[in-house]
Amino acid sequence: MRIELNGEPTEIADGATIVEVIELVAGDRIPEDRRGVAVALRGEVVPRSEWSATSPVEGDSIEVVAAIQGGSGEVGLDPWDLGGRSWNSRLIAGSGGFRSLEAMESALALSGTEIITVALRRLDPSAQGSVMDVIGKLNLFILPNTAGCYTARDAVRTAKLAREAFGTEWVKLEVIGDDRTLLPDAPELLRAAEELVGDGFIVLPYTNDDPVLAARLEAAGCAAVMPLGGPIGSGAGIRNPYNISIIVENAKVPVILDAGIGTASDATLAMELGCDAVLLASAVSRAEDPDLMATAMKHAVAAGRAARQAGRIPKRLYAEASTPEEGLPGMG
Amino acid sequence: MGSGSGGTYMNRVKAREASGVIVVGAGLIGLACAWELAGTGAKVTVVEREEPGCGATRVAAGMLAPIGELDFGEPELLELNLRSRRLYPDFVATLEAATGLDTGYRHTGALHVALDRDEAGELRRIMELQHSYGLDPKWLGPMAARELEAGISPSLAGAVLVEEDAVVDPRALTAALRAGLEDRGVRIVTGEVTGLVRDPAGKVTGTETTRGRFDADLVVAAPGAFAGIANWLPDEIRPPVRPVKGQTVELRGDVDEPVCERILGSERVYIAPRPDGRVILGATSEEMGFDTRVTGGGVHELLREAYRLLPDVAEMEFVGAIAGLRPGTPDNLPLIGPTAIEGLILATGHYRNGILLAPLTAKAVGELAVGGEPEWLLASSPARFEHQEAR
Repeated sequence: MRIELNGEPTEIADGATIVEVIELVAGDRIPEDRRGVAVALRGEVVPRSEWSATSPVEGDSIEVVAAIQGGSGEVGLDPWDLGGRSWNSRLIAGSGGFRSLEAMESALALSGTEIITVALRRLDPSAQGSVMDVIGKLNLFILPNTAGCYTARDAVRTAKLAREAFGTEWVKLEVIGDDRTLLPDAPELLRAAEELVGDGFIVLPYTNDDPVLAARLEAAGCAAVMPLGGPIGSGAGIRNPYNISIIVENAKVPVILDAGIGTASDATLAMELGCDAVLLASAVSRAEDPDLMATAMKHAVAAGRAARQAGRIPKRLYAEASTPEEGLPGMG
Repeated sequence: MGSGSGGTYMNRVKAREASGVIVVGAGLIGLACAWELAGTGAKVTVVEREEPGCGATRVAAGMLAPIGELDFGEPELLELNLRSRRLYPDFVATLEAATGLDTGYRHTGALHVALDRDEAGELRRIMELQHSYGLDPKWLGPMAARELEAGISPSLAGAVLVEEDAVVDPRALTAALRAGLEDRGVRIVTGEVTGLVRDPAGKVTGTETTRGRFDADLVVAAPGAFAGIANWLPDEIRPPVRPVKGQTVELRGDVDEPVCERILGSERVYIAPRPDGRVILGATSEEMGFDTRVTGGGVHELLREAYRLLPDVAEMEFVGAIAGLRPGTPDNLPLIGPTAIEGLILATGHYRNGILLAPLTAKAVGELAVGGEPEWLLASSPARFEHQEAR
């Protein structure tokens, strides 16, 4: 049977109820109690209590409205777009540094992440029973990266290998300038980005916290810019929040804070500065208790996002009593 | 753990006649198990596809470093490693006395060096973890560290001395075990196991191999990194073991002027000395499936980091570089113990600790073979994964 679901012609089973249609459209992204979900059938809102007793008929139009894309409907988890897809979690995880596969699986599950970046150079995607199995089990979206590449040529070649190996056009582009700081090599990065964009890749470049370079990468057609907060694995936090703010203010593509996160407040700050998401690895994988830190990061990112949306008060030099001293008695 | 699938150790491995054991796999684990079992009078046959000790055993540096290698969240592994470390002196002494061969075992201690301030921070963090377990490594300033090891880089930020750690030469140990096994009448058959032979009740009564059938009332499976793809192990008990590639480099130096006396380690490399003046540099850790290629990048990284730590390595002769496959498990703990199949014991999944855990694994298998039930073995019970598979 054919219906129109959110404007798209969709095939559903004859006699399927609205509950089943919701499952179809959102699958496991909706909470068990279906909080935050609203459904309109032929333009009329259907009360929740009638969902399991109502079935659309051939040719019906159904809208499963925006709230559903908010997933759990939790604070700070409003969906965002990256590479033409919608995501709920604003935490992107790295796969490196976990002491065991079990530790990795557990922490990633708790972090709520939907995207994981993996280094093609350090991982054979066809190897059974490895990191790939964990990723498969958690149903994470794989973002291959070009870690370990020092030239544009090397990075382009690695990206193409990743496209073959993972069957994806997505690549987190890293071109490293030297192995002590692991800072990006700006000219090589820009060269590789241009070439990969031209070749149809969805390019997410790991870049310096440099507003000019970020603008150049965006102009080259990158799907996002990923400025570093601090050196990879340093846990140094966001060393130049002013530059991150400038990058955010100018970017028309998502800004993902990449590298330098050491603890939860760093991730919160990134989101408060207006980043769309945070990418982190060692902060969780090398924490004494990765599970606990993964949970902390999940909350930290959501808190920072909510705070950004909430609109903070301006900083003042002098105090300003929250209860006015004048005005209506009894209203304090 | 294990309550759902297998019952107690006693039920799973019945006390049996001391005869007819087949050990599958002649890596250090298989050989050590055979040695232990033969020592109790059992008639032992070892089945090996290739050369004994030609897998991870040959590549391993042989560090016996339960303390230096400690990581967060792994108290059970520490417990096993410390137990096995304590067994080592007697294990090698017995073997050396029986064969007259040197296993290269030396109680050298280990010096973990921080080459800059960042590494010092990480090293102190691990030292505090070690102290929290009641272990007693010592922090040394740069001067004190270089008094112990004059060759290390002068620009170090500090070091941790672990006196308990030691080193053994896995290849020499393999040779000694082979000689010892011959003395004890153990046959090593070159062939491949193709299936288990089981009686109507399901109990193992032998193995089918490319060299014919071998009867046994106990089979010890020690296939190392190949455990996860060993088709002769029934699906329900085949463990989730994956190969984790490691490359090591071998350098030769002057026997009278060794470049270091202790195991030296930094964040990215370790240097394990041999009694004859050689050193082994290790090791990369790569999730590359069954790939055992030596790569330019792997060798470069080991040499570069070794040179940063101990510049004297530049003057040593490059003997070679090899790669092997560690048998990794999801929780980094080994798989030692009875399975849901009566008469089949697993001894695999030792990951980074195979050389260190060999004596303990052998002792455990020896006890299991006569119906023992070592409580300290519970954390490594194969049942923890059988249970998951059954769900």
